[in-house]
Amino acid sequence: MTIAGRIWVFGANVDTDAIIPARYLHTSDPAELARHCLEGLDEGFAGHVEAGDLIVGGENFGCGSSREHAPLAIQASGVACVIAVGFARIFYRNAINLGLPIVVCPDLPLSEARSGQAWTVDLERGRVRNDALGTETPFEPFPPFMMALLRAGGLTAYTRGRIAAGDLPRRRTKR
Amino acid sequence: MRGLTLAEKILATHRLPDGASAVDPVHAGDLIEVAVDLVLANDITAPIAIREFAALGVAGVFDPESIVLVADHFTPNKDIASAEQASLMRAFAKRHAIRHHYDVGRVGIEHVLLHELGLVVPGEVIVGADSHTCTAGALGAFATGMGSTDIGVAMATGAAWMRVPESIRVELRGAPGEWVGGKDLILETIRRLGVSGATYAALEFGGSALDALSMADRFTIANMAIEAGGKAGLLPADETALAYLDGRTNRAVERIAADEGATYTRTLTINVAAIEPVVALPHLPENVCPVGEVKSTRIDQAVIGSCTNGRIEDLRIAAEILRGRRVHPDVRCIVIPGSPSVQLAAVREGLVETFLDAGAAVSTPTCGPCLGGHMGVLGAGERAVSTTNRNFRGRMGSLDSEVVLAGPAVAAASAIAGRLAHPAEVIS
Repeated sequence: MTIAGRIWVFGANVDTDAIIPARYLHTSDPAELARHCLEGLDEGFAGHVEAGDLIVGGENFGCGSSREHAPLAIQASGVACVIAVGFARIFYRNAINLGLPIVVCPDLPLSEARSGQAWTVDLERGRVRNDALGTETPFEPFPPFMMALLRAGGLTAYTRGRIAAGDLPRRRTKR
Repeated sequence: MRGLTLAEKILATHRLPDGASAVDPVHAGDLIEVAVDLVLANDITAPIAIREFAALGVAGVFDPESIVLVADHFTPNKDIASAEQASLMRAFAKRHAIRHHYDVGRVGIEHVLLHELGLVVPGEVIVGADSHTCTAGALGAFATGMGSTDIGVAMATGAAWMRVPESIRVELRGAPGEWVGGKDLILETIRRLGVSGATYAALEFGGSALDALSMADRFTIANMAIEAGGKAGLLPADETALAYLDGRTNRAVERIAADEGATYTRTLTINVAAIEPVVALPHLPENVCPVGEVKSTRIDQAVIGSCTNGRIEDLRIAAEILRGRRVHPDVRCIVIPGSPSVQLAAVREGLVETFLDAGAAVSTPTCGPCLGGHMGVLGAGERAVSTTNRNFRGRMGSLDSEVVLAGPAVAAASAIAGRLAHPAEVIS
């Protein structure tokens, strides 16, 4: 799976309140959430992001609340992949569960990243390429299980497949 | 055989043999599928979980008794859209005979309510679509926050995929000084680790200081493990935990602790006796310093409550400071009991009278202002001292407002002083 697009650069500790403020959490409509995506950091983002764009971030991207509205807003904005030095755990999990590709790249040369540059990500080979500068940075590719989740389009579709195949550990425990 | 951390020990007993990547479960780093004992969602996160659940096409939930739905964030309904989200959750609870659905009048903040009701016992695995689900780790349960899709799937299957976390040991030594509580200890821990210092890891607290800590202090500590990036915040279930659960559950309750010789990626030792009351300055929970260093900082609002500090012990501390004193004329002080039973106890003990006499407002239980929802949203240029857990930019309202995190003693003292204050300043 190779993803190429124009990048939007953000710094460290991008929190979920900045990605989608709680005042919009009275809805779970993806299109409505996308209209306010990252409004806490860049008011121009929602209006100018285009389908296929990429987000590049620093350490601890997506820290804070468990709100799935955050990766949902990013996904509904048309963003094809989020690449960061590091992610907060719940955000990372939520993105994969939604089928939003996400790349942990600890060696990411963030100082060379400029919004608007063209970048390419190769998920299987574990390579992020800054096409503008021609530089490439390796990262640890997904384990097979997470790749299977992404290929299925997220956890719900993956689980539906398992249910159809009779492969679910259906537990019937009573408390 | 090497010893196991608390996280490894609990996850080992919950590993499903036919998981997607079934491997030896007791090692940190393994991807496993685990059976969950309790699945939690709230009025913000349940709507998406319910949508994903419906998309699975299963007939029913895996066990109606093991699902807890708590309408705590935007209730009493703050607007029409919030009312509709709460209504959707209510209908789902009815359709699937989910008895543990808590609505206005019976609802408390989920991480206060859950434990009061005895719904968590040591050694269990709890997953919740709320990042502060880790609070239950104070009872020796492996409790972790997830997103709505995870919770929608868990409601159907009773299972979740998990990476067994590495553990960081936090040794709390000595006895806390006056006006120092669980909040000060966890803020000091976060200062030392940083906001991503425990990412993907479980924080395991231990040491001689635990003996002196009440369950309220322990819940506060476990609650903010996520603020260091932690997957869980675990404490051993000892005599204090067993005494807390006595009379709250009919299920078997057993002690649990990490093994001797368990492997930790790091051990942090904190001399509790040396800690003073602290605050976390805007805009990260790691910006921690003794309150004495920032005493000139004016405040417009003081919030006392939340899943972090909304228990009766917290309100008693605040009342002790506010009793016979007045909230500063330029400050709005908002007290939010964490649950109906906390509120009732506060009424019976005369704490509510103390708060009202002092000029504070007392609200019904809600997450409300913590996340800038309602009941105390900040405007541009305003600053709050708050016993909540996050002080990100714009967390409590305007992007141009500020939140300073503190324990209930500092928050109450600051409400009186009109600026950040050490409790000793107003008590003496």
